[in-house]
Amino acid sequence: MNKSITIKDIISKGLIAGVVILSLNVIGFITLLGERELITGWFSLGHVFLVATPMAVAYFTTKNMDYESKAKPIGVGFVIGAVSAIPSIILVFLETNTDLRQFLANVSPALTEFLTFGQGVVAGSFILLLFFAVMSALASFVGLLDKKIQHPLVTGVAWVLGIATFSEVLLIRIRDTFGRGVAKFIFEGETLNPIIALFIFLVAAGITLWWDQKGDGIKVTFAGFSPQKKKQLSKGRSLILMVVILFLPLLLGSYLTEVTNNVGIYILMGLGLNIVVGFAGLLDLGYVAFFAIGAYVMGVLTSEGALGLDIGFTFWTALPVAVLTAILFGIILGVPVLGMRGDYLAIVTLGFGEIIRVLAVSDVFKGTLGGAQGILQIPKPEFFGIRLVQPEQLYYVVLGGVLLAVFIATRLRDSRLGRQWMAMREDEDVAEAMGMNLVATKLMAFATGAAFSGLAGAIFASKLTSIFPHSFNLIISINVLALIIVGGVGSIPGVFAGALILVGLPELLREFAEFRMLIYGVLLIVMMLYKPEGFLPDERRKRESSTDEELSLAEN
Amino acid sequence: MSIILSTRNVIKRFGGLVAVNSFEIEVKENSISSVIGPNGAGKTTFFNCITGFYTPTEGEIIFDGDHHIEGLRPDQVTLKGLSRTYQNIRLFSKMTAIENILVGQHKHFKTHWLEAIFKTKGFIKEEEEALEEAIRLLNFVGLSGLGDQVAHNLPYGAQRRLEIARALASKPKLLLLDEPTAGMNPNESIELMHFIRRLRDEVGITVLLIEHDMKVVMGISEEIWVMDFGQKIAEGTPHDIQTNPKVIEAYLGSGAASGLNLGKGE
Repeated sequence: MNKSITIKDIISKGLIAGVVILSLNVIGFITLLGERELITGWFSLGHVFLVATPMAVAYFTTKNMDYESKAKPIGVGFVIGAVSAIPSIILVFLETNTDLRQFLANVSPALTEFLTFGQGVVAGSFILLLFFAVMSALASFVGLLDKKIQHPLVTGVAWVLGIATFSEVLLIRIRDTFGRGVAKFIFEGETLNPIIALFIFLVAAGITLWWDQKGDGIKVTFAGFSPQKKKQLSKGRSLILMVVILFLPLLLGSYLTEVTNNVGIYILMGLGLNIVVGFAGLLDLGYVAFFAIGAYVMGVLTSEGALGLDIGFTFWTALPVAVLTAILFGIILGVPVLGMRGDYLAIVTLGFGEIIRVLAVSDVFKGTLGGAQGILQIPKPEFFGIRLVQPEQLYYVVLGGVLLAVFIATRLRDSRLGRQWMAMREDEDVAEAMGMNLVATKLMAFATGAAFSGLAGAIFASKLTSIFPHSFNLIISINVLALIIVGGVGSIPGVFAGALILVGLPELLREFAEFRMLIYGVLLIVMMLYKPEGFLPDERRKRESSTDEELSLAEN
Repeated sequence: MSIILSTRNVIKRFGGLVAVNSFEIEVKENSISSVIGPNGAGKTTFFNCITGFYTPTEGEIIFDGDHHIEGLRPDQVTLKGLSRTYQNIRLFSKMTAIENILVGQHKHFKTHWLEAIFKTKGFIKEEEEALEEAIRLLNFVGLSGLGDQVAHNLPYGAQRRLEIARALASKPKLLLLDEPTAGMNPNESIELMHFIRRLRDEVGITVLLIEHDMKVVMGISEEIWVMDFGQKIAEGTPHDIQTNPKVIEAYLGSGAASGLNLGKGE
C-alpha cells in the first residue's frame, strides 16, 4: 500500500527517532557501547546504536511511499535523519553550558566528546547532523533498491557488524586455534581490521547474491529428489549436527563452553516451564523454586563441607533424589493451587517461589541449608573415576540432561497427554467434558516441569560447587519465562533460540549486562508487537497466527 | 423401550432465581427427543445440570439404568456414556480437526504416559487405531480431507459438524445437542436433521436436542418437552405440542394462540 507523506509526518517521525536516541544517550547506553570499537579507526558499537534508530525510521517511512523521482524518498530520509539529530545537539549544548550531571549522571563531557566526534561543539554538532542525515538518506536509498541488490548488501553489512561485535570472543578462539599470526592479521588489537571487514562484506554479499540466483534452482532440484534420497540427505544432516554437538567444546574453547553450559542449564529449565506454560497453559511464576530444591538436595546430599550429610551420596546417586524431591514439591504445591485459573495461579506460584527462597535464607534451616552463607564444597560430578572439572567435561553432563528433557518433552507432546494439555489450554471446561481429569492432567504438567527444573538445579549446584539463596530469586523465573516467550511459547526449538538470545548473548556482550533488563523489556515489547509467535514458533502456533489470506483459502 | 435418562424434580437456583424448576423428563432409549422453549427459559442450564457443568440444587438425574449422575464432575459424566455439544461452538479452535476428535476419544485410551515416552508397541498401535477411528468419524460427519485444518479456520457449518464428531468420539450412549442448527441456513438445517436421524438409525445413539428451529424440532423429534421460566409447560408428540395453546402462548404471548401454527415438519 502506498502512502503520501506530509511535512508534519516527516518532522514528527524524525523527532520520535531523536527522542529515542536522546534517551539512549541519557541512560549512558551509547557512551558505554562507544567503548567497543568495531572496525579499527572507523566506528564503534555506540555509533551503530546511535544511528540505527533514524535509519530504521527513515527506511520504514519511505519504503512504501509514492514518489515521482528517487530524489524524493532519499530527501525524506535525509530530513528525518537531520531532525532526529536535533535533540542530541540540544543535549550537547546543554551539557557544555550547564552542569547536568547532578541530575543526569550519564550526561558527561565524554558523551559530548562522543557525539561531536571530538571536533568541538559547533563543528561537531554540524557533523552529527550531517552524519545522521546522510545515513538516514542512505537507509531510504537502500529501501529503494531492487531486492536483488538490497538483500546481499544488507546481509553483508549484518555479517560485518556481527563478527565485529563478537570480535573479542572470536579473537581468543582464532588465536588459540590458528595461532597468534592469523589473529593479528584479522584483528587490530581487539577490533576488526578494515580490510578484513571489507573482505567479510564481499564474501557474505557474494554468497547471498549467488544463493539468490541459484538457490531456487537448488531447492527445485532438491524437491525433485526421490523420498528415499531426501531421507538420506536429512539423515546426513542430522549426523553432521550430532557430530557438531558432540565436539562443540573443542570448537568453542573453555570460555565459550562455560557460556554454553549456562545456556544449557536455562534450556533445561525452559524445556520444563515450556511444558507447564506452553503446553498446558498454566502460568507458573515461581518456577525457580524447583530449581532451588534440586540444587539444595544435591548440595545437602553430596557436600564435603560442614553441611554435607556425608552418607555416601555421589553426584549420580543424588541426581535422582533431587529430581524426585522436586517432583514431590511440584505435586505438593500443585494439589491445592491447581483449582485456580490464570492470574490467581500465577500469583500463588509467585508466592511459592518466594517462600522457598526465604526458607533457604532463614535461620530456621540455617543448620541444614546454611542460611545466607549457602552450601559450599559441593563436589563436581565424577565419571568412572574422572572428576569432571573443566567446562568442556561438564558440557556433556548438561548435554545429557538437555537431550533427555528434549526426548521426554517431545514424546509427551505427541501423545495423548500432550493433546490433553493442549485441549486444556484452549478450553478447560470443554476439556473436562471430554472425560479427562483436570487435576491429574495439570499435576502431570507441573510434575514434569518440576522434574526438569530440579535436574537443572542439581547440575547447577554440582557445576558451581557452591549455592547461595540469592541465586534463586524471582529474576530466574522471569528470565526463563521471557526466554520461552522470545523463542515461541510451546515450541521446543524455541526454548533453544530463546536461551541463546536471552542468556547467551548477554554473556558475550558484557557491556549489555548493565542494561539487561532494559533490553529484555524492549525486546519483549517488540516481539509482542511484531512477532508474537516468537523466533522459532511451534508449527501449531504458526497456524494460529495464519493470515486472513490463508483463512479465506481454507474456506474455499 | 427402556428409559436411558430420567430427571426427577431437578431444581437449579442461582441466588433468588430459579433457573430450572423441578423439570422432569424421561428419554427413551434409541429415540430422538427435544427440549424447546423461549430464550432464557433455562434449557441450557438444564443441560448443564445433566452434564455436570452445574450441580443441581435439588433433584435426581438417573442415567442408563440406575446410575445417579447428579453432582458428578463433567469428566465423570462423560465416562458414564454421555456426551454433548455447545450452543456457541466450543471447539479447541487452535487444534486441527483430527486432534479435536482425538481429544474426544480420551476415555478409550488405555496406555500410560510412560509407554508414550518409550513408544511401546501398544502405544503405537493405540495411536494408529485412534487415528483411524478419528478419520472414520471425520468422514462420517462429511468432513473428509479436512483433518489437518485448524478448527477455527473451518467454515461455520463444518465447525458444527466437527463438534458433533468430537462428541461422538467418546462413543456415547446419549448425545446432547445444544442448538445444533443455530446460525445455519434452512438448507444446512435440513441436512443436519437428516444427519441426526442417520446417527440414531445407523449408530444407534439416543439424541436429546435443545433447538429453536421449529422445522427441525417438529420434523425430527419423537417426543418434546416445552420449558418456560424453568418449568415444564407441555410434553408430548410434535402434533400435541403444535396444537397446545399453552405453548403458543409461551412463544408468542397470550392472545396469539388462535389460528397459529408452529411450523410443520419438512
